[in-house]
Amino acid sequence: MSEPLKQADIDGEIAALRAARAGEAADHPARDYGPYRSTLLRHPKQPLVAVKDPEAAELSGPVFGPSDVTALDNDLTRQHLGEPLGERITVRGRVLDRQGRPVRGQLVEIWQANASGRYLHQRDDHSAPLDPNFSGVGRCLTGDDGGYLFTTIKPGAYPWRNHLNAWRPAHIHFSLFGSAFTQRLVTQMYFPGDPLFPYDPIMQSVTDDSARQRLVATYEHDLSEPEWSLGYRWDIVLDGPAATWMEEGR
Amino acid sequence: MKPTPSQTVGPFYGYALPFPGGGELAAGGIAVHGHVYDGAGDPVPDALLEFWQADERGSLAGAPGTLRRDPTNGAILGRDGVRFTGFGRVATDADGHWTLRTVMPGNGYISVCVFARGLLHHLYTRIYPGRLGQDAFLDALTPERRQTLVAAEEREGVYRFDIHLQGEKETVFLDFG
Ligand SMILES: [Fe+3]
Repeated sequence: MSEPLKQADIDGEIAALRAARAGEAADHPARDYGPYRSTLLRHPKQPLVAVKDPEAAELSGPVFGPSDVTALDNDLTRQHLGEPLGERITVRGRVLDRQGRPVRGQLVEIWQANASGRYLHQRDDHSAPLDPNFSGVGRCLTGDDGGYLFTTIKPGAYPWRNHLNAWRPAHIHFSLFGSAFTQRLVTQMYFPGDPLFPYDPIMQSVTDDSARQRLVATYEHDLSEPEWSLGYRWDIVLDGPAATWMEEGR
Repeated sequence: MKPTPSQTVGPFYGYALPFPGGGELAAGGIAVHGHVYDGAGDPVPDALLEFWQADERGSLAGAPGTLRRDPTNGAILGRDGVRFTGFGRVATDADGHWTLRTVMPGNGYISVCVFARGLLHHLYTRIYPGRLGQDAFLDALTPERRQTLVAAEEREGVYRFDIHLQGEKETVFLDFG
């Protein structure tokens, strides 16, 4: 093996790709993004094949209902006998489609590291402590206005092995379903003002500045609850077409 | 409105996304299985596959209840085995292998969404179990590319479908615009 890659090498690659893609209003990251080394062997090189079929099965999607969640699933601080350590937060927002219509009754799933930056996962070997009172997993269904709400603790930043001294900014992983399989989204929510943003190739893979900004939640003081939690808002807009019959509402 | 960008599922979704019986969409039908490979031909042990399909009659009405929960203790009860939800979710194992048990889709194909560490944006593909007559989408592909979407019947009721993210045998991935 050669010298391990340094942050400065990654910084240079990030800057070069940002310059090369300047002016391209891309909503999503390219699948080949060299600074995130795991993309190298895992992105297709052939162009995607367009499907134009109005009957395509992907224009509908799975449905979820109240039997798929329990009332406590969206409170990650109440899943154990004791309370987790860390800064208690509430995260709320709405799930919308590109027309701004609420996505109703659909499943939202989240997972995250604990306050120390450690996942409850056998392959996470970061030497930060596990928290016996925190699993870091939640789910809920969106309401009639597309709204969701989670109570959790603020996740810590954590190191990874993309390059020497690589650290992920604090983030919560989100998985979302729309009314069509084509609207499926897995993404990550970040916290405002995190100093690690410029060094993180996963976040920087979104080279369009305004698109990248849409990954960052807003601290909203009015959403903070006195003597209880700090409040963040993060609205999510799902991409991709839905079947036209969905417009009548489901 | 501008969409929220995609980000990788990462390696640590294990407690959040897979669930018991995620690949048991229906009993008594067919099994589809295979590996996920990267561009070096190595298995991908941390991919997550999702499946969406019509029932045997071609209905895409998918009932809720995929993850049915026990309201007493919150445990996952899974599907009731009667109503067809049409949705499955399977993480690849240490060999990059996965298995789905389901019924033959009435419209001819099973839709697949691929997530993995290293994939910044998920990928869509389709499994055509066997070749059940004409299909306009398949017929528009070159024979070589078409082959990547057709699952071969290994023995009665068991179909093989490998996913190649990159390389000579790269799977056809789809764009819905
Ligand atoms: Fe993470």
